[in-house]
Amino acid sequence: MATIYIDDKAVEATPGDSLLSVCLKNGIYVPHLCYLEELKETPASCRLCFVEVEGEPAPVTACTTMVREDLRVRTDTPEVRRLQRAALRLLLSVHRVDCGRCPANKHCDLQRIAALLGTGLKPKNLALLLREPQVVRVHPLFDYYPNRCVLCGRCVRLCRERHAMPLLTFADRGFSTTVTFYGQGNSEEIPCADCRACVKACPVAALWPRDSDAPVPGGEEEPSPNTAGSDPAEAGP
Amino acid sequence: MPTGNPKTIDQAFKDLREEARTRWEELRQTPGPKFRLGLATCGIASGALNTKVALEETLAERGIMAQIRTVGCMGHCYAEPLLVVENPGFPPLLYHQVSPGKAKMIVRSFLEGGDPLFEHVLGAMEENDMIPWIMDFPRFSNEVRVITALCGVVDPEEISDYIALGGYAALARALESEPEDLIRAVEEAGLRGRGGAGFPTGKKWRLCAQAAGKRKVVICNADEGDPGAYMDRTLLESNPHQVLEGMAICARAVGARRGIVYVRAEYPLAVRLITTAVQQAEKLGLLGESILGGDFSFHVQVFRGSGAFVCGEETALLRSIEGKRGMPRHRPPFPVQEGLEGLPTVINNVKTLASVPPIVEKGPKWFRGVGTPRSPGTAVFSVVGDVVHPGLVEIPMGTTLRSLIFDVCGGIPRRKSFKAVQIGGPSGGCLPEDFLDTPIDFDSLVEAGAMMGSGGMVVMDEDACMVDVARYFLDFTQKESCGKCTFCRIGTRQILEILERMTRGEGREEDLGLLETLADVVRRGSLCGLGKTAPNPVLTSLRYFREEYEAHVREKRCPSGTCRALTAFYIDLDLCARGCDACVGCCPVEAIFTTLNRKKGIDQTLCVKCGECVAACPEEYNAVKKVSPPHLAPIVERPPVQET
Ligand SMILES: Cc1cc2nc3c(=O)[nH]c(=O)nc-3n(C[C@H](O)[C@H](O)[C@H](O)COP(=O)(O)O)c2cc1C
Repeated sequence: MATIYIDDKAVEATPGDSLLSVCLKNGIYVPHLCYLEELKETPASCRLCFVEVEGEPAPVTACTTMVREDLRVRTDTPEVRRLQRAALRLLLSVHRVDCGRCPANKHCDLQRIAALLGTGLKPKNLALLLREPQVVRVHPLFDYYPNRCVLCGRCVRLCRERHAMPLLTFADRGFSTTVTFYGQGNSEEIPCADCRACVKACPVAALWPRDSDAPVPGGEEEPSPNTAGSDPAEAGP
Repeated sequence: MPTGNPKTIDQAFKDLREEARTRWEELRQTPGPKFRLGLATCGIASGALNTKVALEETLAERGIMAQIRTVGCMGHCYAEPLLVVENPGFPPLLYHQVSPGKAKMIVRSFLEGGDPLFEHVLGAMEENDMIPWIMDFPRFSNEVRVITALCGVVDPEEISDYIALGGYAALARALESEPEDLIRAVEEAGLRGRGGAGFPTGKKWRLCAQAAGKRKVVICNADEGDPGAYMDRTLLESNPHQVLEGMAICARAVGARRGIVYVRAEYPLAVRLITTAVQQAEKLGLLGESILGGDFSFHVQVFRGSGAFVCGEETALLRSIEGKRGMPRHRPPFPVQEGLEGLPTVINNVKTLASVPPIVEKGPKWFRGVGTPRSPGTAVFSVVGDVVHPGLVEIPMGTTLRSLIFDVCGGIPRRKSFKAVQIGGPSGGCLPEDFLDTPIDFDSLVEAGAMMGSGGMVVMDEDACMVDVARYFLDFTQKESCGKCTFCRIGTRQILEILERMTRGEGREEDLGLLETLADVVRRGSLCGLGKTAPNPVLTSLRYFREEYEAHVREKRCPSGTCRALTAFYIDLDLCARGCDACVGCCPVEAIFTTLNRKKGIDQTLCVKCGECVAACPEEYNAVKKVSPPHLAPIVERPPVQET
């Protein structure tokens, strides 16, 4: 065991564990999207879990920082918050904020992070860049909502971990990157109905069962304007 | 002791060299005229293959026995196709822009008629008292060729050329040296990686040599994807063996048995030539199992990358070889710790590896004698854009930008003035005139806000719009982002949105600050080098050319008149010649009309701002003018259509 200091609080941790994991286990919330405790490797791609580590010139990602004796960490410096807010706003600039009709409402990691950072759910002065179509119906059971997706890749990695023949992957690249399904179209032949790991792990309900009883997601059928906007964060295009 | 029987290796190599030298001498001694034609991609693009056919046909027609050797690139892109002619009784002469017609002429006038056609000669290849020597010209004399020494001299498809001129001697020596001595030589030479960041190569090798495990890998990074950069391609096409020899020495130093050349598939000629080179080296026992009969084995494969810029980033490159999506990962672990398939791996740039044989041959002291103390050796640049003599240039580190652009490359053509130089491609920066005296070395360039990059250099004259240049590079990085991390995927796109808005004349006052903020967070927050450096073109141009951004945003004016939405063409009625119709026919959208007094006017609502009318207007009138912002163009009414 090693003693490390997170925001001046002494914490016992196992060397080699990731700092993010230690923070989360000790009830110190550090914003994150791509990290999953159960998967060994972290892609470090969401760029949210920044912390300042003594001796490092700039903030580092907590998910890639390994515990070592006497590590001293601050999770809430102005520079950390600045980077986190910037990353969140970028994610919100490609996010269709429609919480009232989103099944993730109130469990959504974006909402949680925005609340912590006090940013609201608007991308501020960034252009809102949404995609078409709003819903991709390729998977026989699950719908994919590109304008919700934060591309954290939890679904892709879990699918790869669980199944010898993974069914989800990233496609395209750069700004056009999406999660896509490349299995067979027949729902009988795929393990998805029983697995659902991707749906459960998605922090923003970007993958959602098509036949669910969840509230009608903000999809193709535009509801009449007066029923929209049940959420304070409403910021449609 | 891992070293094999010294006598055998030494003797085996001497035998090879003897044979190669004999062949080379025979080539030299063949009576009759000899030709040497540059056939790298640059030459081929300028029509060198047709030149070759014309040359062969004319020689056959005339019944002249001559030797034609094909070589790679000599570095003088402005003068391709290049042909060296050795006609007995004359010094060897270098001819420029040798079209098929010119090739025929050379055969008839020079070989048959004894007239060397001086007007087509760039210079003589040897000092003589008849014709100026190429070394009398700054484009040649300022160069110091270490990496490209044999480019344009050896036939890249003929290993024996390379061996005859000293090739593979360093490897033979390395096989008899301790790995530790090789690493120390590279450390002492102070060699730094030519792939961009300038990481000390000896240190990299040492880390890999020390890494646990018996199986190690050496990878040559020839993914070269910066717009305007083609040094690595040229090297592979002109002298692939120097790169292979460097790889083998590296493998010997770190204890690797496996090597991979990662070259982009868009370089078909480089792929073919490096593949041939590997086969030839294997056949002679210079690569493969038990090299030169000793106990060291090194197997090289050629891997074709599919051309994503990001796959040049070392961790993405590894994943790409492993058959996965080319996405970078967090470092550490560094490739020297966990590289290809988890094995310790050295990844070095083409030019880094090509620098190794000369270091082993001539020693670290000699290498340190070239360049600067902190950046020893030479830098290879492809200098393109607005210079008189663009092409591939190898200069000692520490040469100033001014010397490279003005002395070596001949300065700015068409009597225009220098505006900026973009160094390091999409990861680099634009430096203005004030920085022309910056020495070219790893640290000075970073200090100035640019970076060495892998060696692309774009020179821009006064007509370049810096906002548009920044937009161009961000458009590139934005498209080449792998999409993995938030800052690069969305941040570069948002930066591009703002730059596009500015070039369209829709920039807002707050955009300048927003641009700076975004550029800063993308740089600090991104996962890999692509995102970390993508904002550099924006940050440097904002720093050095801020007034241009302000003009775009505040006055909707493009100072250099590049951004179409911010410019307009009009015809100066005082200059326009009555009755002249030169511009009318060239306008693709029929925007030009005749005024009542038979001069011309431009209908601004139709004009697409192609500038054809400027080119068409006879020089003595020079009546078509370009203005920015567009509302400065005087309005000329189209006369009502006459009823007939
Ligand atoms: C986006 C990106 C593209 C790169 N492209 C190349 C390349 O084309 N060639 C290259 O040698 N290095 C490239 N690099 C640098 C490599 O990651 C690596 O540092 C280099 O190959 C190491 O070789 P060196 O030590 O010999 O410089 C690139 C880096 C980044 C971030």
